[in-house]
Amino acid sequence: MEKDLYIMGIETSCDETAVAIIKNGNEIVANVVASQIESHKRFGGVVPEIASRHHVEQMTIVFEEAMNQANLTFVDLDAIAVTEGPGLVGALLIGVNAAKAISFAHQIPLVAVHHIAGHIYANRLVKEMSFPLLSLVVSGGHTEIVFMKEHGHFQVIGETRDDAAGEAYDKVARTLNLPYPGGPHIDRLAQEGKPTIDLPRAWLEEGSYDFSFSGLKSSVINTVHNLTQRGETVAPENLAASFQQSVIDVLVTKTVRATKEFQVKQVLLAGGVAANRGLRKALEEAFYELPVDLVIPPLSLCTDNAAMIAAAGTVLFEKGQRAGMDLNANPGLDLEIHN
Amino acid sequence: MEFQYISNNADQTKAFAKKLASYLQPGDVIALEGDLGAGKTTFTKGLAEGLEITKNVNSPTFTIIKEYKGTMPLFHMDVYRLENSDEDLGFEEYFEGLGVTVVEWAHLIKDQLPPELLTIYLTHSNEGARNIKLVPAGKRYEELCKEIMQ
Repeated sequence: MEKDLYIMGIETSCDETAVAIIKNGNEIVANVVASQIESHKRFGGVVPEIASRHHVEQMTIVFEEAMNQANLTFVDLDAIAVTEGPGLVGALLIGVNAAKAISFAHQIPLVAVHHIAGHIYANRLVKEMSFPLLSLVVSGGHTEIVFMKEHGHFQVIGETRDDAAGEAYDKVARTLNLPYPGGPHIDRLAQEGKPTIDLPRAWLEEGSYDFSFSGLKSSVINTVHNLTQRGETVAPENLAASFQQSVIDVLVTKTVRATKEFQVKQVLLAGGVAANRGLRKALEEAFYELPVDLVIPPLSLCTDNAAMIAAAGTVLFEKGQRAGMDLNANPGLDLEIHN
Repeated sequence: MEFQYISNNADQTKAFAKKLASYLQPGDVIALEGDLGAGKTTFTKGLAEGLEITKNVNSPTFTIIKEYKGTMPLFHMDVYRLENSDEDLGFEEYFEGLGVTVVEWAHLIKDQLPPELLTIYLTHSNEGARNIKLVPAGKRYEELCKEIMQ
């Protein structure tokens, strides 16, 4: 019988300190995330230096908790996978150095993972991937459509030219005086309202898979501004519903079009905005009739976590990728060049 | 001392920023002010074009700082989320570095900005048009503004 493969994942690219261990690429044996969201609320966002300090404080605790959950010792670990980038440099450095320390002290191979590759590979913890496939990655910092012809191969066929979808949500929420993070609040309001306000959809040039949410954001701000100036009140639920409809229309339409052009077998949803109920529902409806397998991971695997880093790390480890002790945090890491 | 430029659309804003880029040198700092949707990212895209940056320049709001490689590095910052933060974030390493730094919502970290810099205010005038106001602090930026506005 072949020995089981245990890979540890470490993720600290933004505001979550996370450590996980997975078995044979798809079975979670430990998954610990120390959410820092409470301490960030009062700042209305992620504060990098505060984030790094929290990562330092929480790393050992999260790490020990993960080892306890898995009931493993260092001897059992085959590799340590860590997020190299992109993200906040101060935050990334904590994870990279923790991983290097464990790797060096226990002579365990080190593997460097791209954060977005991790988000995509979160899906492998739910269902085996079948290629070629497309992944729609939507989060606070990213909006991308990624084509994969095989494991470890990434081609970004579309990305945002200005604001990320999650960021547009947060900025619109700010305009409506909703608390941070704004995404879930807009999603909740949108369920209560109707898309009564006509807002733009940025399709860009014909055939483009790129996105733009800046114009939509401005349009929402102008609408609120104009109504207020005329002394009228804004129905926040209808504005939220209209905004959400506009974002989802573009995301779903472009994903469906790419699915057909690239003739993929699978479409994977990834990133924090995958938690959005409106988006999940619209995708499920759009793919219902298509001969394509739509995979939507559970919420706990959509937001930043380390199990996804371990999942991507497993594939890279099996492909022979190894990082040395000179591994550094790379805040602007490129997905296509990385692997 | 201040200078005004009226831009009629996003393309003109970009072209103006691109022209400005050709006058910049490493260590220059530009503070960019304007409401949500005023065109701060559009302006920075134009500047990046002038620095021959080929990568798509998008919003740094989420990550706070994004770095690009061009004829010289561009450090694109959005410090909106640092409001009320009294942390010393080590920005001077960027300001005194080998590239051009653009700081959106710069007034929120006023105490940490260098004394000499170029502040650019973007405001909506009528439909689609923007009023671009340049306020230089320091001799170098004053000269720079005069040259551009000629």
